[in-house]
Amino acid sequence: MHIGIDVGGTNTDAVLMDDTRTLAAVKHATTPDVTSGIVQAIGELRAGHHFDGEQISAVMIGTTHFINALVQAKGLAPTAALRLGLPATKALPPLVDWPAELVEALSARSYLAHGGYEFDGRPISPLDPDELRSHASDMRAHGIRSVAISSVFSPVNHDLEVEAARIVAEELGPDVAISLSHEIGRIGLLERENATIINAALRELASEIVDGLTAAVRKQGIEAPIFLSQNDGTLMDENYVRLYPVATFASGSTNSMRGAAVTSGLSTCAVVDIGGTTTDVGLLINGFPRETANEVKVAGVRTNFRMPDVLSIGIGGGSIVDEETAEVGPESVGFRITSEALVFGGSTLTATDIAVAAGRADIGDPSKVAHLDPVFVDRVLSRISARVSEAVDRMRTSPEPIPVVAVGGGSILLSDELPLFGAVHRPHNYAVANAIGASIAQVGGEIDKVYAIEPGLREEAIAEVRAEAIDKAIAAGASPNSVSIIDFDEIPIPYLPGNATRIRAKAVGDLDMGGRR
Amino acid sequence: MSWTITADLIPGLARGAAVLGTGGGGDPYIGALLAAQAISQHGDVTVVSLTEVPDDAVVLTVAMMGAPTVMVEKLPGLDEVVAPVHALSATLGRAVTHIACAEIGGVNSTIPIAAAAALRLPLIDGDGMGRAFPELQMVLPTLYGIEASPLAFSDEKGNVGVLNTVDNTWTERIARVACVEMGSSVMISGFPMTGSQARESLVADSLSLCREIGDGIAAAREAKTDPVEHTVHLLGGRELFAGKVADVQRATTKGFARGRARIEAAHGTLELSFQNEHLIAELDGRTLVTTPDLIIVLEHDSGEPITTEGLRYGQRVRVIAAPSDERWHSSAALAMVGPGYFGYDTPSHRFDGNVEHLTNNLKEDAA
Repeated sequence: MHIGIDVGGTNTDAVLMDDTRTLAAVKHATTPDVTSGIVQAIGELRAGHHFDGEQISAVMIGTTHFINALVQAKGLAPTAALRLGLPATKALPPLVDWPAELVEALSARSYLAHGGYEFDGRPISPLDPDELRSHASDMRAHGIRSVAISSVFSPVNHDLEVEAARIVAEELGPDVAISLSHEIGRIGLLERENATIINAALRELASEIVDGLTAAVRKQGIEAPIFLSQNDGTLMDENYVRLYPVATFASGSTNSMRGAAVTSGLSTCAVVDIGGTTTDVGLLINGFPRETANEVKVAGVRTNFRMPDVLSIGIGGGSIVDEETAEVGPESVGFRITSEALVFGGSTLTATDIAVAAGRADIGDPSKVAHLDPVFVDRVLSRISARVSEAVDRMRTSPEPIPVVAVGGGSILLSDELPLFGAVHRPHNYAVANAIGASIAQVGGEIDKVYAIEPGLREEAIAEVRAEAIDKAIAAGASPNSVSIIDFDEIPIPYLPGNATRIRAKAVGDLDMGGRR
Repeated sequence: MSWTITADLIPGLARGAAVLGTGGGGDPYIGALLAAQAISQHGDVTVVSLTEVPDDAVVLTVAMMGAPTVMVEKLPGLDEVVAPVHALSATLGRAVTHIACAEIGGVNSTIPIAAAAALRLPLIDGDGMGRAFPELQMVLPTLYGIEASPLAFSDEKGNVGVLNTVDNTWTERIARVACVEMGSSVMISGFPMTGSQARESLVADSLSLCREIGDGIAAAREAKTDPVEHTVHLLGGRELFAGKVADVQRATTKGFARGRARIEAAHGTLELSFQNEHLIAELDGRTLVTTPDLIIVLEHDSGEPITTEGLRYGQRVRVIAAPSDERWHSSAALAMVGPGYFGYDTPSHRFDGNVEHLTNNLKEDAA
């Protein structure tokens, strides 16, 4: 058995799982200290379905704690950003496009040093150890406790980042954390560097949180290893979280999508999550969310994290319905639905009223919507179906048919048949889809690099990247037999000679839980 | 009339530049950041219209040459932006008085802003193309016999070269080789010309147009009016098609990203052929528009420009066509930037599909 927990801003959901079967599920308000909410949730799970601590083989936790810490600028360590690249890049130093308040919250300092590579791996300039030592002593003088090191074209060659880290660590000692950009981001220096700086700023908090979560779980007599969900839905162990807290940033929406898929038994599908104000549409391919190709701003900082690609449209249970045009949203009564919707005695016509009038839901007082013209009700519902269908069509990557899974409290708005897509799947247990998503025990490894491919050596280059991704997944804890490449692409880069190509490979396997699941 | 570029105008200019980039020209983010940084360090940039430039002015174009992918990693600095201008000034033995954009599309409209700020020189409201093209010689001054050389190029290490070549195509060939050796992202300055030559050969008021387009898209969204319609109106063009991207195929050959995109709607299918920039638009097999007229893909509702690299299945887009500068339609110009140069067997079609106009311009279109 294993336990999945999702700590959201509002609710902490927890499930007790036997493989993919849900034995118990609880929903609990998130507590300000996070850990006491987890202790209570596990206690309630035990009350629902008794288990002994040693029967639990793993505890998987999804948390928005780190992204919230950044957005609220709380608990961030004094951080230095050191970039290797001189004489290149000096006009746009680290932190160049950051909001001033966040730079202040990090007591951030920016340093430029020699080093870095060209796109084809030739060095820009050699490292200057004295320069690095002098930067390090300035960092010490300013009370820096965490360092982010980036280097030009480190996705092509990361040797200099590693060497610079060694020199800086010698100067600053073992108590200062060092984060390296090639381990965190991909091509795009500023975005990768920004993600690395954010990671560095969260390192102290990461240790605190991991210690707290571990203590909370141990308090319940569970000695099993603890894992956290990453943006892509794979897991990382507690040591990895201490090093790369930034990898948890988008785990909330990922877990909810993956949970929806698992409970519906589908691994490639579109997930339509209808809430009170919006409908979020995402795509799962082989059980993993399709990710954005573009830069994502987090707390005002431009990064290139791999985030699930989610399209939001303004349709939800609380959406206001126009009595003339039958158009729905984007205005919504939001949480005031229980006083403003017609079925609750209010005076605003909402999408929920339409669902009740159509007999699709039994909420509030149906007599309050009995006067609605059935033709009008039908028009509204088909308008909702048409718009959701269009959103799903926008998200899919090819005209191939794809099943649609509907979850969320507002999913009653959606007809059983969707234009273009046919029958809509509606899993049970969707209320705790987040926690179920967190409990899926898979780990992965990803490589994303630019290669100058020699003529005739394309196959070798590709094989090398695939092998590297597989090794990375095994190092992250995947059982070797289960690992496979789930995502691979090869993008030629314009205006570069020598068939320069960006190759990306992602390998995923089942978490090795010592033969137990 | 002169006006001033302050840091807060940069986002609008960059968005307008991406529209005029006709799908190419690179992501203007880094160029915009560099321009904003240069302005904050050195002060605002004065933009002067071509009519205000003195006849004996010494004008140079400034541009980035190389791979946009390299530029997002090995970020450009101001030193290498100003170095080629200083080198040419020494070669010419004259002080440079004005900076101009060689190309108005994409990153090459923001790099000259950075150069003008750092050099404290006025920037001309105009450019050499009125759009984006992939090669250095593809500017209107070439048609006026203005030579690209002496042309200077520089990298971040301090290497500076000055080329003296026999024609502008040779300048392109030699500079391209040096560019790769220097790391595939260099800054160049060239096309030295007098004020009267600039007035005669450049496309007038294109920075103002960039600003109007970019700010207009944001303002139309704010006012809940149609940003695409606004852009079409500003460019004097027409909307060709609205639909969904149904397929995108790409390959990189000889350093250029070639590809085709298929856009579908209930009433037909539009095919776009691109090589960095969009070059041909065909509706159900019938050619509507070709290079050198502008083919621009905008996001259906927001009106944001979409680059050829950013095209993806499922996007709702609108495709617009707009007239290029009239001088791009002479036979000499079409030999340089027409569909034939890019390897397409299609005669050149104007943005409005005006056949009469075509036969006037193109002997090979007699059929």
